[in-house]
Amino acid sequence: MKNKLMLIFAVLLSAILVLSACGTEDEEPAEETDDETTEETTDETEEEAPDFSVAMVTDEGGVDDRSFNQSAWEGIQAFGEEHGLERGEGYDYAQSDDAADYMPNLNGLIQQEYDLIFGIGFELMDSVEQVAESNPDTNFALVDDVIEADNVASVTFAEEQGSFLAGVAAALKTESDEVGFVGGITSPLIKRFEVGFVAGVKSVNPDIDVRVEYAETFSDEQMGRSFANSMYSDGIDVIYHASGAVGNGIFTEARNRIENNPDDPVWVIGVDRDQYDEGQQGDHNVALTSMVKRVDVAVQEVSEMAMSGEFPGGEHLILGLEDDAISIADTNDEAYTDEIHEEVSDWEEQILNGDIVVPETDEELEDFIDSL
Amino acid sequence: MQIIDLLQSIMPMVLFYSAPLIFTALGGVFSERSGVINIGLEGLMVMGAFIGILFNLTFAEVFGTFTPWLSLIAAGIVAGIFAMMHAVASVSFRANQVVSGVAINMIAVGLGVFLTREIYGSGQTASIAEPFYTRTIPILSDIPIIGEMFFSGTYYTSYIAILLAVFVWFVLFKTSFGLRLRAVGEHPMAADTNGISVTKIRYIGVILSGVLAGLGGATYALTISLNFSAMTISGQGFMSLAAVIFGKWHPLGAMGAAIFFGFAQALSVVGRNFPIFADVPNVYLLIAPYVLTILALAGFIGRAESPRALGDPYVKGSR
Repeated sequence: MKNKLMLIFAVLLSAILVLSACGTEDEEPAEETDDETTEETTDETEEEAPDFSVAMVTDEGGVDDRSFNQSAWEGIQAFGEEHGLERGEGYDYAQSDDAADYMPNLNGLIQQEYDLIFGIGFELMDSVEQVAESNPDTNFALVDDVIEADNVASVTFAEEQGSFLAGVAAALKTESDEVGFVGGITSPLIKRFEVGFVAGVKSVNPDIDVRVEYAETFSDEQMGRSFANSMYSDGIDVIYHASGAVGNGIFTEARNRIENNPDDPVWVIGVDRDQYDEGQQGDHNVALTSMVKRVDVAVQEVSEMAMSGEFPGGEHLILGLEDDAISIADTNDEAYTDEIHEEVSDWEEQILNGDIVVPETDEELEDFIDSL
Repeated sequence: MQIIDLLQSIMPMVLFYSAPLIFTALGGVFSERSGVINIGLEGLMVMGAFIGILFNLTFAEVFGTFTPWLSLIAAGIVAGIFAMMHAVASVSFRANQVVSGVAINMIAVGLGVFLTREIYGSGQTASIAEPFYTRTIPILSDIPIIGEMFFSGTYYTSYIAILLAVFVWFVLFKTSFGLRLRAVGEHPMAADTNGISVTKIRYIGVILSGVLAGLGGATYALTISLNFSAMTISGQGFMSLAAVIFGKWHPLGAMGAAIFFGFAQALSVVGRNFPIFADVPNVYLLIAPYVLTILALAGFIGRAESPRALGDPYVKGSR
C-alpha cells in the first residue's frame, strides 16, 4: 500500500516536473545570437549612438520560438542596428523559462537602467503592472494586453482586421460554401480572430456556413487533427486556425488528404506568422494564406516613439492594417490567385478608409451581419 | 443509423490516436512485468519522437518514401539504448526505480530540446517532408459499414500496433521467455534458484520498453505533430502508463485501454456534431475523456493486481 502511494505521488511529481521542464533549458543558443549581433553592430557604432536603450522580457516561449518572442526580438535588433546601439548596453533581452522568471528579469533590466522595457505577451501583465508601479521613472510597454499606468504603453493588434481579410480569402476559395474556424482557448483575444473571420466570410457571401470550434488548448496537436478530420469529412474545405500548436494537427490532416487525393480541395489559413512551410506537401501547398501579426513592427514603432521623446505612456495602441502590423501572406501564389489578391486588397482598402469597421465581439458581429 | 455514422467518423481517429499509446503501453508491460517500474515512458517517447524527426529531416532525400519506416527503427534503437540508463541505475545499482524513471523524463526533454536548438538553432524543428500518410486498404475498405470504419483513412502503424499487442501477448504467455519474464517480476528469488538470471531478464524488459516507447513517440511525431519541440510529447507517456495499469499489466488489456482513451478523446471532438449530443454543453464533452477514465479506473475494472516484485530491486541471496 505504501509503495502504491509512493508510486502515485511520484507519477504526479514527475508529471509536474516534466511539464514545468517544457520550454526551459535554453541559455546556450542565446549566446550564439549574441556573437552574431555584436559583430554586426560593432561595425556600425561609428555613427554616434543615441542615449537611449531598450530591452525586452520574453514569455515562456523563449526568444527563438519562431513566433511571438522571436519576432519581437528581431524588431528590437533591427531597431538597435538602425540606431547604432550596442547589444548589452543599448538593447538586450531577458529570457523567461517559466512564469517565476518574469519579476527577476524585469527587475534585472531595471537595475541596468534601460529606458524602455517591453513585456512580450499577455502573461507578463501582472508582473509589468507591479514593477511599473514601483519604478515610475522607467518606461514600460506591454504587448498583447492593456495596463493602465502613466509609464506603461499597451500595444495590442487589430487581429479582427487580418482575420476579416482571411475570411474574405476563405469565402472566395471555398467551393462547398462551408468553412471552419478552430480557436485555441476561449478568450476575448481569440474571439477577435473568430469574429473578424466570420464577418469577412459573410461579407463576401452571407450564405456560406462557418463552423466554429474551440480546442480549449494551444498545445494539443491531436485535437487539431481530430477537428480538421471531422471538418473536412463534413465538406468544409477551408479552415482558419488561431490555436498555436493545435494548428499543426490541422496542417497534418490537410497534407494527408492531399497525399491521398491530390485533387482534394482542402486549405488551411495560418496564423501569427506566414505558415507556408507547414503546408508544403510534395508540389502542392495547403496553406492558402496566413494572417501575419508583425510584433517586430510594433516593438520598433514604440521604441522609435520613446526615443524621440513621445513615449505613449498610459495609452493603448491598437496596431492594425494601416500600421503594417497586420497583413495577409501571399506566398502561395498558386492557391492565393491574383483574383483573390485583388479582391482582398479591395476589402483592405475599405477597412483602411473606414468604410468597414470590423466587429470584435459577438454582439458587434450580429449587428454587422444584420447590416449586410 | 446515427450510431453507425458516429462510429464511422470516429473510428479512424480512434485508431490513429491510440497507436502511439499502444506501442508505449506494450513497452510498459514488458518493463513492469519484469518487476521494474517505468515512469520514464514519457521521456523515452520524447527520445523516440526527437530521433524520429531528426532522422527524417536528415535522410528524407536519401531514402525517399522509406524514410518514415527507417525513422521508426532508428527511434526504437536509440530509445532502447537510452532506456539502458534506467536499467543500469535501477537493476544493477538498485536505485529507486521511480527516481530513476523521473530522471529519464527530465533528461530526455532537456536533451531533446537542447540538441534541437544546437542543430536547428530554434526551439522547434521544421516540418518533415516524409511523414506517414493515411491509407485506404483496397479490398477491405469496400466491406459495408466495417470497411469505412476500420480500413479507410488510417495509418499502417495503427494496424502494426494492434498486431504487435497480440504478438506481445503471445510472447508473454506462450513462450518460455515470457514465463521467465513474468517469474522474475512475481518472485525473482524463485526464478533465480531455477537458474534464470534476474538481472539479464530485467535488462531485456527495460530495453524492450525503451524500444517500444521509442516507436510510440516516433509514431506520434511522424503521424501527428510532424515536427519536434518541447511540447510534442506532453503527457502521452503518462497516459500509456495509465493504460498499463488500467489494462491490468496485460498486453491486450493495455491495448484495450489505449483504444478506450482514443475513443473518449475522439468522441469529445466529433460528438458535438451529432444530434444525440447536440444539447450537451461543450465543456462536458471536453472533460469526458478524463471523467470516463476516472470512472473506469475507479469503478469498473476492480482491483488492479500488479506484479508482486514490482519496484523491488533484487539482491541475490537476500530473503
